[in-house]
Amino acid sequence: MKRLMLGNEAIARGAYEAGATVAAAYPGTPSSEILSSFAKYEGVYAEWSPNEKVALEVGAGASVGGARTLVAMKHVGVNVAADPLYTLSYIGVNGGLVLVSADDPGMYSSQNEQDNRGYGRFAKIPVLEPSDSQEARDFTKFAFFLSEEFDTPVILRTTTRLSHSQTLVEEGEREEIALKEYKKDAAKYVMLPGYARLRHVEVEKRMARLKEYVETTPLNRIEWGDKSLGIITSGIPYQYVKEVLPTASVLKLGITNPLPEKLIREFAEKVERLIVVEELEPVIEEQVKALGIKVEGKNLFSVIGEYSPELIEEKIKGTEIRNAGDLSSAVPARPPLMCPGCPHRGVFYTLRKKKLVVTGDIGCYTLGALSPLDAMDTCLCMGASIGMALGMEKARGREFAQKTVAVIGDSTFVHSGITALIDVVYNKGISTVLILDNDTTAMTGHQEHPATGFTIKNEPTYKLDLPTLVKAVGVEHIRIVDPLNLAQLEQVLDEELSRKAPSVIITKRPCVLLKKYQQDTATRYFVDDEACTGCKQCIRVGCTGVYFDDDAKKARINLKTCVACGLCPQVCKFDAIKVMEG
Amino acid sequence: MSKEVKNILIVGVGGQGTLLTSRIIAQVAVQMGYDVKISEVHGMAQRGGSVVSQVRYGEKVYSPIIKKGDADVILGFEKIEAARWLSYLKPEGILIVNDERIDPLPVMSGKARYPDDIIDKMKGLVPSTLVVNASDIALKCGDIKVANVVLVGVLSKVMELPIEEVEKAIIAIVPPKYVDLNIKAFHEGLKLV
Ligand SMILES: Cc1ncc(C[n+]2csc(CCOP(=O)(O)OP(=O)(O)O)c2C)c(N)n1
Ligand code: SF4
Ligand code: SF4
Repeated sequence: MKRLMLGNEAIARGAYEAGATVAAAYPGTPSSEILSSFAKYEGVYAEWSPNEKVALEVGAGASVGGARTLVAMKHVGVNVAADPLYTLSYIGVNGGLVLVSADDPGMYSSQNEQDNRGYGRFAKIPVLEPSDSQEARDFTKFAFFLSEEFDTPVILRTTTRLSHSQTLVEEGEREEIALKEYKKDAAKYVMLPGYARLRHVEVEKRMARLKEYVETTPLNRIEWGDKSLGIITSGIPYQYVKEVLPTASVLKLGITNPLPEKLIREFAEKVERLIVVEELEPVIEEQVKALGIKVEGKNLFSVIGEYSPELIEEKIKGTEIRNAGDLSSAVPARPPLMCPGCPHRGVFYTLRKKKLVVTGDIGCYTLGALSPLDAMDTCLCMGASIGMALGMEKARGREFAQKTVAVIGDSTFVHSGITALIDVVYNKGISTVLILDNDTTAMTGHQEHPATGFTIKNEPTYKLDLPTLVKAVGVEHIRIVDPLNLAQLEQVLDEELSRKAPSVIITKRPCVLLKKYQQDTATRYFVDDEACTGCKQCIRVGCTGVYFDDDAKKARINLKTCVACGLCPQVCKFDAIKVMEG
Repeated sequence: MSKEVKNILIVGVGGQGTLLTSRIIAQVAVQMGYDVKISEVHGMAQRGGSVVSQVRYGEKVYSPIIKKGDADVILGFEKIEAARWLSYLKPEGILIVNDERIDPLPVMSGKARYPDDIIDKMKGLVPSTLVVNASDIALKCGDIKVANVVLVGVLSKVMELPIEEVEKAIIAIVPPKYVDLNIKAFHEGLKLV
């Protein structure tokens, strides 16, 4: 029977059925469920790597070692892995290697909306774009074949909408694929200039062969309909096109790099009006134009944001939407915020109170940038906080550095913070770095990482000790504090900021959503109306557990959401937030 | 089997359990032999942001997301979330609102007001708006967390889904030790319509 599966689960299923035995990833929305699903299968190796570059390198090693290998990451993760990726294209594979790039048009959970089909073009790697979960499974399986047949890594590109939609999938049996023989072959695997020059020739030959191949692959197909309108599309937008333009002729591309020139010409000649419907960059459109074919695309659609059925209908048919009404402008926005009891809240409350300059990083704690906490000055990419703090210091001097902190999560620190901390020590910076250790990679769904002491399969392993690591790079002043103990945190901050030497403050308290630490507390808080002056100081912690009653002009605890973490009672100068007796 | 595709939009606040509701409804549709697609929100918005899941079923479903103005039903787990997504409802569509208020950050910090009259505004546009109080019923069942399954009951009634198929789906999806509690919540939900 067919089963509903997330696009991401279907990718894992496809890799499993294709006989993949090794998989590596660093988490990142919308890609994370790929590895967590794959890890559940028997008889496979799966790992959370410290970052995407390592994940791809582990994948490259497994492939050279003869195994079919899956590597997965979000779109910006491929930037981190870009260095091995470009040269892996030269090396090629032994066992098939499929790299899943999960792009995020609309930036539901990302810092940018880059289009990773570009990597395929520039690194000369084939790109596959499924458009539902069934295709996600089928194309992944096929990608392993393609990888071995053409001696190339293959990029399978998904988007948030595909990864996080569930559609029906017909599953198959796993093929048991024997490990390929490993033979030493320096000319193929050692990219010295002398060998690389020869491999580049092979890469170009491979692309030429692929160009022929994509003309006839069943992954690219024409669905003839009314010839007055022809649409070229791929991925999720294909579904939107079928939904709102059911009679149009469609050229559905399952492989978007390289493109099938002859097929495109044949299609273009037979339709009156030709439009490319693709989210983000005009990757297909520009290549069609380069063939000298008249085509529309980004003249109608934007390169910004995610598409929708109504957008395609409006831009191509010009229909007006009829609905029950629209109240969207009558309601306040609802940005995400930290959970009640989140350990990060104490940190940002304090940073804001002390009016520090905060170079931030990426994780749940990035929410500390939003009002009312408002305590972050920069957030660029994973790991950037520490380098940026050092850069600020070098630009503006030591006095400025004594009012600046870098804030970085534990998973992010291991991912790419450590190298910048080495720089701070090496180049005589005095940065104060806060590592927010909540014992998990929370933002992306609570994955384990090297400093949690558990693997993706939940097996205990060596727990990377952050204080020892930090000490080893030459930081002499290391402090460990509880982020929800505000007096202690503030005192330690004052001491370390005034120091003319680098220091690291590790704030240690687990994420409240981690089941292994959860305990039901009997403590219940309430606001004593006689003591509460209505000053709203407690509201500044930005927790749904405490709100202001405009009629009574008093603060109130929302017992449905408050988890009694004890933070807001500490900020009340009048001790009005009290423990309920009995 | 009806050929026409049915569109259900389930909206709420990250953490309210909208995903479970949409997965149960989708599972019922799978059991009944329909083509089914669900679109979910994972990631950042799950931290207390505005979340939406979309369920579509029928003979053949293409898009996993519902076109604006095409939803047969909107089920709002929270009042202003129901209002935020109203533009997705068909002119003759059904609006179900859970009478729950969760203040968003701008309201908590005093930068915006919670629109107290939002139910009246919705009723002004959709006179048949059905307002239910799932949290109270869930508490009576013994656990506030099953409010989302009380709402499965409401939705099943409105969509005329067979009771035994929904029970089967609940058994298939929720962990065994919570099945009885969830079945009870489901039946309480049925009574609300
Ligand atoms: C290069 C890159 N990879 C992955 C991500 C996705 N991502 C965002 S934050 C984060 C890690 C958060 O973990 P941590 O630093 O421990 O902070 P927490 O969320 O636990 O507070 C990840 C993996 C990203 N934005 N960029
Ligand atoms: S998931 Fe954990 S780290 Fe993230 S906001 Fe909630 S409590 Fe904080
Ligand atoms: S004690 Fe205060 S800050 Fe902590 S969860 Fe309760 S309301 Fe929120």
